[in-house]
Amino acid sequence: MTTSELSVQETAGNRQMRPLVNDFSIQVATVNGSGSQTANLVLLRALFRMGVPVSGKNLFPSNIAGLPTWFTIRASRHGYIGRKKEIDLLVAMNPETAREDVLALAAGATVVFDEPLKLDTLREDLIFYAVPFDKLVAPVCPDAKLRRLVRNMIYDGVLARLLGIEMAEMERALNKQLGKKVKALALNQSALQIGFDFAGEHLAKRDGLRVERMDRTVGKILIEGNAAAALGCMMAGVTVVTWYPITPSSSLCETLTGYMRRHRMDRETGKATFAIVQAEDELSALGMALGAGWAGARAMTATSGPGISLMAEFTGLGYYAEVPAVVFDIQRVGPSTGLPTRTAQGDILSTAVLSHGDTKHPMLLPASAEEIYSMAMDAFDLAERLQTPVFVMSDLDLGMNTWMADRFAYPDRPPDRGKLLDAGHLQQMKEWGRYLDVDGDGIPYRTLPGDGLPAYFCRGSGHNERGQYSERAEDYERNVDRLARKFETARDLVPPPVVHLEAGAEIGIIGYGTSHWAIDESRAQLLEAGVRTSYLRLRAYPFGREVADFIERHPRVYVVDQNRDAQMRRLLATELAGAQVARLRSVLHYNGLPIDARSVSNEILVQEGLMSDSARSAHTEAGAPAGLGE
Amino acid sequence: MATPSSAPGRKVNRLGLEQQAYRGGKTTLCAGCGHNAISERIIEAFFEMGIDARQVIKMSGIGCSSKSPAYFLGSSHGFNAVHGRMPSVATGALLANKHLLAIGVSGDGDTGAIGIGQFVHLMRRNMPMIYIVENNGCYGLTKGQLSPTADVGSTLKNGVVNDLPAIDLCALAIELGATFVARSFSGDKKQLLALLKAAISHRGTVMLDVLSPCVTFNDHDGSTKSYSYVKDHDEPLEEISFVPFFEEIAVDYPPGTTQVVAMHDGSTLLLKKMEADYDPTSKVGALRALQEANARGEFATGLIYVEPRRADFLTLLNLVEEPLASLPLESARPPREAFEAIMDSLR
Repeated sequence: MTTSELSVQETAGNRQMRPLVNDFSIQVATVNGSGSQTANLVLLRALFRMGVPVSGKNLFPSNIAGLPTWFTIRASRHGYIGRKKEIDLLVAMNPETAREDVLALAAGATVVFDEPLKLDTLREDLIFYAVPFDKLVAPVCPDAKLRRLVRNMIYDGVLARLLGIEMAEMERALNKQLGKKVKALALNQSALQIGFDFAGEHLAKRDGLRVERMDRTVGKILIEGNAAAALGCMMAGVTVVTWYPITPSSSLCETLTGYMRRHRMDRETGKATFAIVQAEDELSALGMALGAGWAGARAMTATSGPGISLMAEFTGLGYYAEVPAVVFDIQRVGPSTGLPTRTAQGDILSTAVLSHGDTKHPMLLPASAEEIYSMAMDAFDLAERLQTPVFVMSDLDLGMNTWMADRFAYPDRPPDRGKLLDAGHLQQMKEWGRYLDVDGDGIPYRTLPGDGLPAYFCRGSGHNERGQYSERAEDYERNVDRLARKFETARDLVPPPVVHLEAGAEIGIIGYGTSHWAIDESRAQLLEAGVRTSYLRLRAYPFGREVADFIERHPRVYVVDQNRDAQMRRLLATELAGAQVARLRSVLHYNGLPIDARSVSNEILVQEGLMSDSARSAHTEAGAPAGLGE
Repeated sequence: MATPSSAPGRKVNRLGLEQQAYRGGKTTLCAGCGHNAISERIIEAFFEMGIDARQVIKMSGIGCSSKSPAYFLGSSHGFNAVHGRMPSVATGALLANKHLLAIGVSGDGDTGAIGIGQFVHLMRRNMPMIYIVENNGCYGLTKGQLSPTADVGSTLKNGVVNDLPAIDLCALAIELGATFVARSFSGDKKQLLALLKAAISHRGTVMLDVLSPCVTFNDHDGSTKSYSYVKDHDEPLEEISFVPFFEEIAVDYPPGTTQVVAMHDGSTLLLKKMEADYDPTSKVGALRALQEANARGEFATGLIYVEPRRADFLTLLNLVEEPLASLPLESARPPREAFEAIMDSLR
């Protein structure tokens, strides 16, 4: 296949009746607050239970009710669960956006729409199915006030019929979603059935989209990244959680609260083995976490960019006074309030050196639900081992969207509490100083308030190896040099990069976090176009020693960043030799939507001189919801 | 360490410790600074109450006042945090170990300006700790700028006059939910010591505002926080003595002029009335007393408000007895069956 074919395939190719089995994306356009989430999750889970790899992405406004929202479900028999920007099937329920949504579709796409919207007059190159939702919902839902919520389940029934999704799985998924709400369950079951029956009687199948049972979800689960992180925190033995609400991180602590209340109450006394406190702001949230970490708790907070900015001062204290804490940053689009409900990897540079003075902070870079579950546990171990704040850099795409993941493993090791001094150790040591580097790894031994061992005065002001106030030049230098040594120790403790070397590849790709899914799929697209690539996925900062070696092997290395300023590339450049830096190029994506494979492929093809700019722009953002571009 | 028998004639407390055991490092504050007098009273109070200093944490923010925890209770862990944010760090430490006794020292700038947000929520939570504001109405460590507790009309050495009303931190604390609110003067040894000892016995937030003149930047004629001004305008609400639960009560006040406040641990606070109808358990009365003293240009000192029964924040959290910091793994990690059930539910 040539590159020109690649681009043709993605533009206006006539897809009418071309069969697409288990390989398409559905976009449901509704109004925020109309209860469509239930219908969308039922659809997603039914596909999943039929063994088809799926992903669900909710593109929603910063609003409680009334503004447009889009939910995209991707089925991929190949297992690609990143965002696909081309829409194969649109369910147009929102009169506000329906026209624009339809006009944005590529030719050959399918549209299920609310009949009164008369969308089928807009274009002749699409396949339309009109469904009279209001007429159908009235008989199954006598209570007029509930119809707005129940009518969404009708499109689930229509799609089940059109696509061949087994109704038994739809019903099981619905039962799971609403099982405890008997009345709602009954109403929605009727709506589901009436949609299915209507499609059977009135809609003649004209599109090529089809679902067939397969076995690629065996042993998998469906979970949001924030819930996966919450599970990791609980299994890490977190004891103090202090947080302040902010989209898109709130659901991490809320889900964690739910899990902890169920699974972390002492069975004999009914008392809590944890403290969860909603703080007055993010400053206080991290202040509490540091106070708790200093006193020996496994403490954490979760936030997003604006909160990270507010935490800058306390982060410096944690670094310099050497206090453990875990901070989850569920990144969203900045600067300032930015786009609170859209995704980005925008806090990489600012977090790496958060606070004033010389600071460097370990960051973990999860790409998947499995990984944020295990990295949550790693983060607590690292924070205590290194006695410093550790940041877990998730993003809105991972945190708030529904991901297919391998079933998580029960932790196989106890928590690493790091260098906590005990009485026996103290005797051996003869002399203890809070900031003495006894082992040469830059990590000192600490005591805890109340443990009866020698006390020290923890402070953010200048101090010597005994923790005493000091403004002496040599004390300061020795201390910050040791902190730098500790950061080098961290290099060997954090998760190493994952490297895929492709024999003979001249192109290397470096990615991290949720870009992984687009890169994974892009590499297959590039291979189809005859372009071989190697891939290194960063999983932590400080970077592993593998990075320099990877760059040495490839003349051109593309660093994929979901931000404007190539933040990871710039952070890499601070640690690389000049000749290595010269090999780095950027693939940048920063429109607030999750990065997709086609964008990565096209950018690399253009920079490699294998695709023209005009060929690329011919289908830039084709199929993306038009309203999102405002 | 001294024991009761080892040093005849030397005073020891119920732990057998001499007062010396409660001292800290040598002060680096100015000679004559009111803060040093407060540190001395803290040393006496913890000594006399027989507190195990290893179970105490000393918390502070930034400023002259916030340096002072280094000068008392040398065997306690301490945390000198960032400006105005000691309440959150103290809260976190107490969440980690609910058995710690926390004493925080702040200043009027650290509390009333940069730290007002955290102060507000500390009071509101009724977090069990002693929160002392060493109040001199100015920023000492940055050389004398006006703070939010400077009174209208107080003047700086360079002639700048404060036009803004002072924040009354005691009135604010009462309003917000603190359960032990008192005001004293660094030069009033007897009253301050009695209040500190009562504070140690209180379970809930103690807000203790101590007027502590800054001898270097705010002890001149135009200042309303100078030694001479405070001495002339100190209006005690009552004469206080405190009886720890391990001592017998011996009342030496004439009946009818005293009020006895029973603390949660069985100790007793005795208040000899200076004003006939002052009742420190009345929120409305306490706020009125503050307002009336203010209107007369006086400082009402003594125990202004106390509510010994309201549940503190740690109690509301319903925590296990074991400090969260030392929770064993079997309590901190759910068993495998529970975990696998969660996984099953995600299919």
